[in-house]
Amino acid sequence: MIAYALTFGFFTVSIALLMNLWRLIKGPSTMDRILAVDTMVINTIALIIFYGIKYDSTIYFECALLFAMFGFVATVAYCRFILRGNVID
Amino acid sequence: MTLFKRWLPHPLLAIALTVFWLLLNSRFSLGDLVLGALLGLIIPILTSNFWPQRPNVRSYRHVVIYVLMVAWDIVMANILVAKLILFRPVSQLKTRWVSLPLELKSPEAITLLAGTITLTPGTVSSDISADGQSLLIHCLDAEDAEVAVRHMKNRYEARLKEIFT
Amino acid sequence: MDFIFELLIAIHIIIGGIFILVGSFGMLKLPDLMSRLHAPTKATTLGVGGALMASMIFFFYRNQTIFVHEVLITLFLFLTAPVTAHFIAKAHLHLNRDQKSTLPSTNRPKGWSTFDAAGGD
Repeated sequence: MIAYALTFGFFTVSIALLMNLWRLIKGPSTMDRILAVDTMVINTIALIIFYGIKYDSTIYFECALLFAMFGFVATVAYCRFILRGNVID
Repeated sequence: MTLFKRWLPHPLLAIALTVFWLLLNSRFSLGDLVLGALLGLIIPILTSNFWPQRPNVRSYRHVVIYVLMVAWDIVMANILVAKLILFRPVSQLKTRWVSLPLELKSPEAITLLAGTITLTPGTVSSDISADGQSLLIHCLDAEDAEVAVRHMKNRYEARLKEIFT
Repeated sequence: MDFIFELLIAIHIIIGGIFILVGSFGMLKLPDLMSRLHAPTKATTLGVGGALMASMIFFFYRNQTIFVHEVLITLFLFLTAPVTAHFIAKAHLHLNRDQKSTLPSTNRPKGWSTFDAAGGD
């Protein structure tokens, strides 16, 4: 039963990633694109978690933790660049 | 400065860092505990210039109650907003900007309030007035600004005022 | 007993997947940037929390170990999602200064901090 639920989980996360890509291409302003990148990172974390459940190995959680940290720092760096002109002053 | 305040400026932060180090390693051996305690001692001293004052938390029981209440609100309100996104046509959504006057004074309390308002779906805190007494909030679906402001004040700000003196 | 565990894991995965889908669909459907900010930062965070709960129960059931990395990831996401939402909102306000009149007044002597400075300048 877990296999069917996992197939459904992979399906929904992939569709969500495609929708984020559409917003990234289409978004009329810069902030739309930054929001799309941030959401893509969080969806990728979910994808890695599902992968770890499917292949029954706990090593993928380190990867997910790293993705979470780097995604957050990337979004904050983009926004600080827009607000101030440089990232670290 | 007393010796205690000099070598352990933020005891709660030290304990939290030790606990996080142990959790990250998923092991509870003595060597890990010693290394965690060392990190918990060094990091607050090195970064003590970034947190000049300690927040004065009055009672920790209220903190636990607040966290549980926020968690329950998050789950309930997410279901409501999911229904709103899926089933209501776009022209019927009344989005508006609301300005919330603040009675909290310390920056940590204002940060917690803004974070809680953003986490409960339907509201996103966007900006703060230049003297720090008023919060700008964007609501996704609010017919009446006054009702939304009063609801947020009663539920969250009253409890935060109890926690932070 | 096995059946209950499998049912719990499957339910958490399905609910997590549905919330992730609803979050991204809201980002596509809503008309304005500020409205679009609501959907992904909250629904997606909750969806990933559900997926992480599923993985915690799964590894407890398979290997009898409690693996707390998932709790750390969830805690990190819940702490940083409001910060990114606030940054994006503030940068949007900064980029669109001509819409300043649509904002409500602060009822204070000074305006909003993205537009007015505090103190003397």
